[in-house]
Amino acid sequence: MTDARLPAAFTASGSSFHDFLAAHQPDLLPSTRSLGPAGSGTSAGDLAPHGTTIVAATFPGGVVISGDRRATMGNVIAQRDIEKVFPADEFSAVGIAGTAGIAVEMVRLFQVELEHYEKIEGSTLSLDGKANRLATLIRGNLGMAMQGLAVVPLFAGFDLDAGQGRIFSYDVTGGRYEETAFFSVGSGSLFAKGSLKKLYREDLSEEEAVTVTIQALYDAADDDSATGGPDLTRRIFPVVRVITAAGGRRLTDDDVAQVADRVIAGRMTRPDGPGAPLLGGTTTGGER
Amino acid sequence: MSAPFYVSPEQLMKDRADFARKGIGRGRSLVAVQYADGVLFVTENPSQALHKVSEIYDRIAFAAVGRYNEFENLRIAGVRLADMRGYAYDRRDVTGRGLANAYAQTLGTIFSSGGEKPYEVELFVAEVGEVASQDQIYRLTYEGRVGDEHGYAVMGGDAETVEAHLKEHYREGATLEQALQVAVAALGHTQTEDRVIATDDLEVAVLDRTRSQPRKFARIVPARLQALLGERGATSSGPGGAADGPDGPATDASDDAPVAPPG
Repeated sequence: MTDARLPAAFTASGSSFHDFLAAHQPDLLPSTRSLGPAGSGTSAGDLAPHGTTIVAATFPGGVVISGDRRATMGNVIAQRDIEKVFPADEFSAVGIAGTAGIAVEMVRLFQVELEHYEKIEGSTLSLDGKANRLATLIRGNLGMAMQGLAVVPLFAGFDLDAGQGRIFSYDVTGGRYEETAFFSVGSGSLFAKGSLKKLYREDLSEEEAVTVTIQALYDAADDDSATGGPDLTRRIFPVVRVITAAGGRRLTDDDVAQVADRVIAGRMTRPDGPGAPLLGGTTTGGER
Repeated sequence: MSAPFYVSPEQLMKDRADFARKGIGRGRSLVAVQYADGVLFVTENPSQALHKVSEIYDRIAFAAVGRYNEFENLRIAGVRLADMRGYAYDRRDVTGRGLANAYAQTLGTIFSSGGEKPYEVELFVAEVGEVASQDQIYRLTYEGRVGDEHGYAVMGGDAETVEAHLKEHYREGATLEQALQVAVAALGHTQTEDRVIATDDLEVAVLDRTRSQPRKFARIVPARLQALLGERGATSSGPGGAADGPDGPATDASDDAPVAPPG
């Protein structure tokens, strides 16, 4: 007699979708693929588009995470309106830098992982729990990272228990590091971080925090060829997500365009962006 | 070793069916009602933590009566199946019909396999569409039968009495408020009296197509429930019959605002 019932894996204990797939259908997992022997000329990393710069900054009451819109493949711009910042669940978001194909797949898996846990357990994971789950997924990709297909996400969320926005960064081995105030990943992150350092203050409003991330992305695009600046002719601007106690939302294109237009207007007179005082010493400076 | 007694297949299946039916009948009734914006589920369940109605996927909900551990198993299997399909294909490719079929196969196989006891459960799998005419309610029985329900459906407990009351009072295209009032009245209706069930003893959830999120399932918390039900007179407790599964102490009602029973 053939047994038509759902296989035992469907009723096994556990609340992780990743673990369920690993047991029941491992071919669906990004981490189970093999690339074959390495070292035959080109690196696998040259074959697929790369996502570039993601920035995040906290403000009292929440966190902002923004990403530019460019994907590159060597010297070619593979896509000029790619989206690299995604909602992970209601109170968190993830931005991706690195091999776009694998990163997008990993984000999808992460989204299902969080929703799956919520449905099975009837409660949501803590923000730290979510950050750790993402670390596990990245760790599974280490083999491919070694062959040039690295994924380096930036995770931001609102911690309902602590009542504040938090940011986590990762390395390719799945190392998880909590960042204070702001952070950036991707090829333009060095420039973005320099910009954030000068512009960030602890008492930013939500709108100011959004402006700071747009400024940082502008500075990244200014000096890193793989990061896309604001595309004025096509009206393509960064993807911006704001997460507060009320949940996460993506700013509309019009809202982001308004901020970007103000940033660009300022740069018309000072192309390097707002100047910081030489001897600041105060965290609550007025005019930027 | 003695030869086993001969039992005719008819008798064997009848015995198994009687066994399952008895288990299901012991619990309390669960009602699914179609209303203008989707599908409403109401049941009597004093536990705020152990649910009989749950979310499976964006547009799909699961409701069950009978043995808790058995339907909880099926619920988890359904969530896994739906999440796996949505991940492998697309979120739109997860359908209530596919899920109902998988459940039917599972329940049917268990029912007719000699070595296992049949599941003492009955399920509803419901799916909301873009418009009311696309809404679906599937009924799955312990032996793997699938039925397509329209308007309203009742399972568990004294289903016949509740269904008779619903048949009399159900109206198509009702608002949530009207549908809820009819459903709660039906659950409180018995041969001898009409009980008023305390708000805290009700588990109410909807698949609401008007929700802006892709996930259309929502539980109705006691505070909102009270507002929807309005003034109902003095409450009385449930019938003496032994309750099935989820009757444990209410422990985890975290974000549901506590509400005093009406009256």
